[in-house]
Amino acid sequence: MSRTTLIDLLYLVAATTFLIALKGLGSPKRARIGNIVAAIGMAVAIGATFFYQDAEGKGLAHINLMVLGMVIGTIVAVPAARFVQMTAMPQLVAIFNGVGGGAAALVAITEFMHIKNEQPPTYVVLEVLLGVLIGTVSFSGSAIAYAKLQELMTGRPITYPGQQLINAIFGVASLAIIVALLVSPSTTFLWVLLALSFILGIAFVLPIGGADVPVLISLLNSFTGLAVAASGFTIGSNVLIVAGTLVGASGILLTRMMSKAMGRSLANVLFSAFGSNVTASGDGAREDGRTVRSGTPDDIGVLLAYASKVIIIPGYGLAVAQAQHVVRELVDELEKKGVEVFYAIHPVAGRMPGHMNVLLAEANVPYEQLREMDEANSEMSTADVALVVGANDTVNPAAKADPSSPIYGMPIINADQAESVVFLKRSMRPGFAGIENELLFDPKTVLLFGDAKDTLTKLVAAVTNS
Amino acid sequence: MGNALLQYATVLILSIFVGVEIVAKVPSILHTPLMSGSNAIHGVILVGSMIVLGTANNSVEEILGFVAVILATLNVVGGFVVTDRMLEMFKAKPKPQPKKEEAQ
Repeated sequence: MSRTTLIDLLYLVAATTFLIALKGLGSPKRARIGNIVAAIGMAVAIGATFFYQDAEGKGLAHINLMVLGMVIGTIVAVPAARFVQMTAMPQLVAIFNGVGGGAAALVAITEFMHIKNEQPPTYVVLEVLLGVLIGTVSFSGSAIAYAKLQELMTGRPITYPGQQLINAIFGVASLAIIVALLVSPSTTFLWVLLALSFILGIAFVLPIGGADVPVLISLLNSFTGLAVAASGFTIGSNVLIVAGTLVGASGILLTRMMSKAMGRSLANVLFSAFGSNVTASGDGAREDGRTVRSGTPDDIGVLLAYASKVIIIPGYGLAVAQAQHVVRELVDELEKKGVEVFYAIHPVAGRMPGHMNVLLAEANVPYEQLREMDEANSEMSTADVALVVGANDTVNPAAKADPSSPIYGMPIINADQAESVVFLKRSMRPGFAGIENELLFDPKTVLLFGDAKDTLTKLVAAVTNS
Repeated sequence: MGNALLQYATVLILSIFVGVEIVAKVPSILHTPLMSGSNAIHGVILVGSMIVLGTANNSVEEILGFVAVILATLNVVGGFVVTDRMLEMFKAKPKPQPKKEEAQ
């Protein structure tokens, strides 16, 4: 067996492990082992590449530089991945995705310089250019997504007059440059394409509001996959094509599933600048003189301790306050008092689908206490208390009742059907999507203001004493 | 080259269907790890980065290839480690507290 055949065989092994990993992610039991298998497959592919030979049997040069690059990358990536707070997970995924897109674009650019003097066939140039375009859009788009989630910039959609038109012009200009490059492969045009793609990525992400950024990250993830697949065509690598296409195809489907979980279409998520005018409508909705009822930790502690069924609805506020451990303590206390307690998890609670499950799992909350939205809703009318911890939009009845509300149609947890509702909130500020919540003004609602961790700690004490 | 292109296109088409098929049944609680896991998988661009660096002819290509290797390594290493960290929690969950009387 020739060396090249052996390497290709190892690539095939790697591609198979990627399939196993994605398949494994379909169930919580097999997910972790699948991921480890894929990591091993990846290591095999990388190891094999050191022995790569081109068509003339020439091996790779610059091995030292290669190893140095990998060492630098590893030294930066491992601590970042290990020690970043679980709440910062979405932006971390955005960053890792962005650099992948950047790498794909660089590979395409380098390949372009390599082949441009050899009169390459048009389709090869096209593959390269698509790699540059998609990879760069993914890179700059992910950077903005990161800045939004990390709150380095406002999470609100950024809009300006003629935005769609300007974006369209950028898009058309990019395509025009691609056509020009196909006709005459010049490096100057390539830099122009690079700059245009960079701007396009930023312009694409700016009007997308913070609440929708996770969907966007999933889409950009898919883009990076496609850019990788395009690079695979250029350098003639099956493993790049398989892996890139798998990610590209599954990513687009995942993106659609995520927007569906919010009750909206993908186009609506990407182009509607969702939540941009909420400050205005929020102010309008709150009539002067309307008051909310706020309670003391002791009142609420008693309410909870003497309930027979409590449903906890956690939201991002719980995550921000790092209160997942305290909430578990509260649940333990309540269970000691014979109260039936479970968590109702909205599919988009937290900042990404499944984010809340991860955070609660971190606090060792047993799996059996987590209920998905539909199941929780069917039990809501029998609950004495719905305890909303740092959630807002996911329990907003306007999603069901008010067709003019921007979140109309989003599936929600029907906290309003419980006997009484307790909100633990930092302030009266509207939630992530920036929309006023009528439920706060409902007479059966009690509010407890403060950092979720503090208020929960007080509630634990109150429940223990009552 | 025409044949190779056809072969790549075959791989592409099949991968699209496999990708869609595999993800269609993933439950929503695993969407985040799935996103992160597939993020790690496209880190395979490291293989491409190594090839362009290893075949670089001049210093511009070398620099671009070198940066590509660094970025791709960040993607692949960070991607797998973060995913593992997320999934570790899913795994540890049912064991430490085996009580489930809460249903009654």
